[in-house]
Amino acid sequence: MDLTVVWAFLIAFAVFMYVVMDGFDLGIGVLFPSFRVGVERDSAMNAIAPVWDGNETWLVLGGGGLFAAFPLAYAVVLPATYPLIIAMLLGLVFRGVAFEFRWRDPGHRAFWDIAFAGGSIVAALAQGMTLGALLQGIEVVDRSYAGSWFDWLTPYTLLTGLGTLAGYALLGSTWLVWKLEGPAQDHARRMAVRAAVATLVLLAAVSLYTPFLEGQYFARWFAMPNVLFAANVPVVTVIVAFYLFRTLTGKGKHEAAPFWLSLALFLLGMAGLGISMWPYVVPSSLTIWDAAAPERSQAFMLVGVAITMPLILAYTAWAYWVFRGKVGHEGYH
Amino acid sequence: MPELDALLLARIQFAFTISFHFIFPAFSIGLASYLMVLEGLWLKTSRQRYLDLFRFWLKIFAVAFAMGVVSGIVMSYQFGTNWAVFSDRAGPVIGPLMAYEVLTAFFLEAGFLGVMLFGMAKVGKGLHFAATCMVALGTFISAFWILSVNSWMQTPTGFEIAANGQFLPGPSWWDIVFNPSFPYRLVHTVTAAYLTTAFVVGGVGAWHLLRDSANRHARTMFSMAMGMAAVVTPIQIVVGDMHGLNTLEHQPAKVMAMEGHFKSHPEGAPLILFGIPDSDAEAVHYALEIPKASSLILKHDPDAPLAGLDTIAREDRPPVGIVFWSFRVMVGIGLAMLGIGMWSLLARIRGKLYDWPLLHRAALVMAPSGFVAVIAGWITTEVGRQPWTIYGLMRTAESASPLDAPAVAASLTAFVVIYTAVFGAGVWYILKLMAAGVHTGEQGPEDLEKAPIRTAGITPGPTQNPVGREELPDGVPGTSPRQSEDG
Ligand code: HDD
Ligand code: HEM
Ligand code: HEM
Repeated sequence: MDLTVVWAFLIAFAVFMYVVMDGFDLGIGVLFPSFRVGVERDSAMNAIAPVWDGNETWLVLGGGGLFAAFPLAYAVVLPATYPLIIAMLLGLVFRGVAFEFRWRDPGHRAFWDIAFAGGSIVAALAQGMTLGALLQGIEVVDRSYAGSWFDWLTPYTLLTGLGTLAGYALLGSTWLVWKLEGPAQDHARRMAVRAAVATLVLLAAVSLYTPFLEGQYFARWFAMPNVLFAANVPVVTVIVAFYLFRTLTGKGKHEAAPFWLSLALFLLGMAGLGISMWPYVVPSSLTIWDAAAPERSQAFMLVGVAITMPLILAYTAWAYWVFRGKVGHEGYH
Repeated sequence: MPELDALLLARIQFAFTISFHFIFPAFSIGLASYLMVLEGLWLKTSRQRYLDLFRFWLKIFAVAFAMGVVSGIVMSYQFGTNWAVFSDRAGPVIGPLMAYEVLTAFFLEAGFLGVMLFGMAKVGKGLHFAATCMVALGTFISAFWILSVNSWMQTPTGFEIAANGQFLPGPSWWDIVFNPSFPYRLVHTVTAAYLTTAFVVGGVGAWHLLRDSANRHARTMFSMAMGMAAVVTPIQIVVGDMHGLNTLEHQPAKVMAMEGHFKSHPEGAPLILFGIPDSDAEAVHYALEIPKASSLILKHDPDAPLAGLDTIAREDRPPVGIVFWSFRVMVGIGLAMLGIGMWSLLARIRGKLYDWPLLHRAALVMAPSGFVAVIAGWITTEVGRQPWTIYGLMRTAESASPLDAPAVAASLTAFVVIYTAVFGAGVWYILKLMAAGVHTGEQGPEDLEKAPIRTAGITPGPTQNPVGREELPDGVPGTSPRQSEDG
């Protein structure tokens, strides 16, 4: 088995875990201002306070894993998207400290609420735009980034940025449908419907745009025999979207289903991404083999992953289990 | 030379962000262990006082930890954003070590942090204590890996160099992880974190003793902290000495800069206590020196010859002034800490530990000294390594990303402004919590305001809570989420 391929899937797994887990944290931040000051905001915050740190750690694994397994890709992508990465990091600074600071300083709670929402929005946009910048291609000469420092700013990257923002809002609102009750839950449900519409529209727009970015993507999606597999992705997406709307607006009081269906939507997005990118890690410039660390490095880390990953998943699941159930039930009296 | 400017800006940015970052781990490594001890003591003795102290420091820990996490994430991406060439070349060797840090330390801390902060009433005492232990263990493992990385950059071993310039791991990872300076750096840094925390705790205790010397919580804190200071400071000084000898062996130029030895001394080098190093003139002006003492310390023989910077090519020398001074700041603080530790022993013997206002004032002044020493120590280490990022093999000047100076200048400005504002606010909140003092029946971070609310859950978790809520001694409130008072 080719270790490089294994690592490509592991990085993809870490990124996916990050996107869904911190995705709902950031999504709650994006929607935060729409919740009423007081109990509603407090319980929205409490729905993620015990887990956000663990969720964010997947970002460190994604970045650290890339550094370790594909150092050249790490060294090319980050300078190419420099302003986006810095903006994301600073957004995460505001978002992360707001969890503690808003409780410590009731006099400035309004300020830290803005910091929480603003930080989340900036981080979400920056992540989406980084993805777009990656997909539209990065110029590499002599093992380093050779473009200029605004290459990342195009209509396409703006579209992927907004798509990510909407997608995170969808994850966040459906998470809250699950964790809250009463008027706050009703509000989350309404926001979820809007976020779902926005997500699907933007997802469609990005999907239509991508194949025309460059000849290669077109061939991947529409040439035989790829099309037989690739065509399934949009079809399944439509089915999932249909059920998502039913569980959100239909009669039955579905509480967890909308979240899982949103997650499925993200999984499909990831599959689409895989079809577009494989086997490139920096599209059109570096394949995973070009950027790969030597086998010794990859093998050494793989041992660590094999031992620790089951444990990590187990205690993460335990932490979620401890804080299962509705948040702030008795707070509504 | 625009290229040099971008490089200098990137170095300033790295130094600024890492220094800010390290302030928080230096405190949270020590504090996590202190919390573990407090909770353990509470479980063993069932004394309310320990629980109060635990809850009090837990709230402070929560704030410090959050700042450590967000500033740390910046660090893990900054290698790629600003040191791309370095990342490409060194990634195969240090990348896996940093990945191990994520897998074995960051997940552990983050996974159990939620339970530690909010889960006391949900999981019961035993499991909660286990969570606290895991967080403390996580901070230590984190230090282990990141210091291995840093030490490898100081004293690289166990690698091969590929045709494309990449550093590749050799046959044994053991040689990479346990490179020659790592054991010393690990012990010295972790001990530094304990001392830093001890002096903060001691300072808070002293502050409250000065207002009311009968304050029992303050007495406990002060006594524990001064005990640490008395025992651990001498250990730290011995370890620091060994660390220095190891550096002499592997990075002699750094020690020459620390000592201010521009000239070689064939028959015993003097110990320069103070003076003004001048790299251009290659001399230390107004030097106050003890003849032959440096040879005595470094070689354990007053007449042993010691080489000076004149044996090192000019372009390979570190900047002397910064290293010389930062080293003296650290050692000076170490000696002052020793003084406080010994004084507290004397006070203890005389039965005056809680009634000696002068001692309490001194401890209060020393409260932030650990942070200063830690940063000074790192400046010695890092600036003393210059002009290399990988000692002797890869220069700082070849390590940077292909970025234009304005881009780096903009990000540096953003970091300075935002870090100062955000972390300034955080430090202010911590000081406010410290000033408020410990109260009997102290609340934890989970029940922040007066009106605690509870996570009822569709399925409350009695099965994993062997000690029913009502049976928890000392009134562990069964609260979880927090609620704002204006809610
Ligand atoms: C509370 C903190 C603290 C205190 C009191 C001391 N140190 Fe220290 N020192 C550190 C905290 C520190 C540190 C932050 O942990 C460093 C930076 C990197 C490292 O390895 O440890 C360090 C580095 C460092 C180095 C540089 C080694 C190298 O990078 O090659 C030397 C030689 C010493 N120390 C020696 C001492 C001596 C002789 C001390 C006796 C007074 C002392 N330190 C007190
Ligand atoms: C946490 C405490 C640390 C502090 C306070 C610190 C401080 C510094 C300072 C002051 C510089 C600038 C040196 C100069 O330009 O003259 C620097 C550079 C650097 N350090 Fe450290 N450092 C720390 C830890 C680390 C660690 C753990 C690593 C590795 C993982 C590291 C890697 C680097 C790199 C890559 C540079 C940039 C290149 C260079 O200028 O050498 N540092 N650091
Ligand atoms: C350049 C060097 C460094 C990098 C890239 C780095 C990276 C990181 C990252 C990504 C985090 C956040 C992890 C999370 O999400 O929980 C973090 C936190 C932490 N780091 Fe660093 N770090 C560096 C230097 C150091 C050093 C020198 C130490 C200790 C000796 C250290 C100890 C810790 C600890 C204990 C935490 C947990 C958070 C806290 O306690 O505040 N780090 N670091």
